[in-house]
Amino acid sequence: MSARGGGDEVPIAADADVVRVRQLVRARAQAAGLGLVDLTKVVTAASELARNTLVHGGGGTARVEAVAGTTAGGRPRSGVRAVFVDAGPGIPDVRAALQDGWSSGTGLGLGLSGARRLVDEFELTSGVGSGTRVVVVKWGR
Amino acid sequence: MDRVPVLRLGGLLLVSIQVDLEDSTALALQEDLSQAVVATGARGVLIDISGLEIVDSFVGRMLSTIAAVSRVLDAETVVVGMRPAVAITLVELGLDLAGVRTALDVERGMRVLGSTTAPRADGLPLAR
Repeated sequence: MSARGGGDEVPIAADADVVRVRQLVRARAQAAGLGLVDLTKVVTAASELARNTLVHGGGGTARVEAVAGTTAGGRPRSGVRAVFVDAGPGIPDVRAALQDGWSSGTGLGLGLSGARRLVDEFELTSGVGSGTRVVVVKWGR
Repeated sequence: MDRVPVLRLGGLLLVSIQVDLEDSTALALQEDLSQAVVATGARGVLIDISGLEIVDSFVGRMLSTIAAVSRVLDAETVVVGMRPAVAITLVELGLDLAGVRTALDVERGMRVLGSTTAPRADGLPLAR
């Protein structure tokens, strides 16, 4: 998988930035040729993750870029990758945080686990005091 | 911050969400609607989400809360116009929109609400 460059990095510091991240991911996903359902899924996942960055991470950044790769069968494919980074308190127990129903108390507990189900690749790194980084990728079919 | 207008149509309140909702706009709508239910004595609330390209957990929770608050205030809520891709995504996300009645379009939603009142072409915005 390779990034195609030309990605956008935007700050997440307010409500309006969450909307902006959604619009960026939508534009990139559209450019990558994702179908409507896949596009809707990745935009929804990005919305959850951007809100997490804002609410739980105390703000941060989102980087959105086009990616190119190949399928298991060797066919070329394109997709969109979004990287969310914050310097917040971090998640003490990442495994627990990825369970449905886990919640810091302000939501439904579906943000992380739900976002993971909506994308093709999901990677979360977090440590207490060292912030959280979430990378998601959605491929076109 | 944008506000979503609440229209009065006979004994119903109609909300058509046409913007990409910021969380604060969603919260304001929740408040505006509950106030409008009390101010107008409306028995039904119709929320058209055909303009929404996504429904995430925040908006999903807003819809559930609006339905629950309206019920306490003696009004029924129906959400109409959900796009198929949004429905698929909602289910995969794990949201079940507990307590929210849905219908395919405004007309069916009005039927669910038992209203024969035709929408007024000049649905008057409520004073806030």
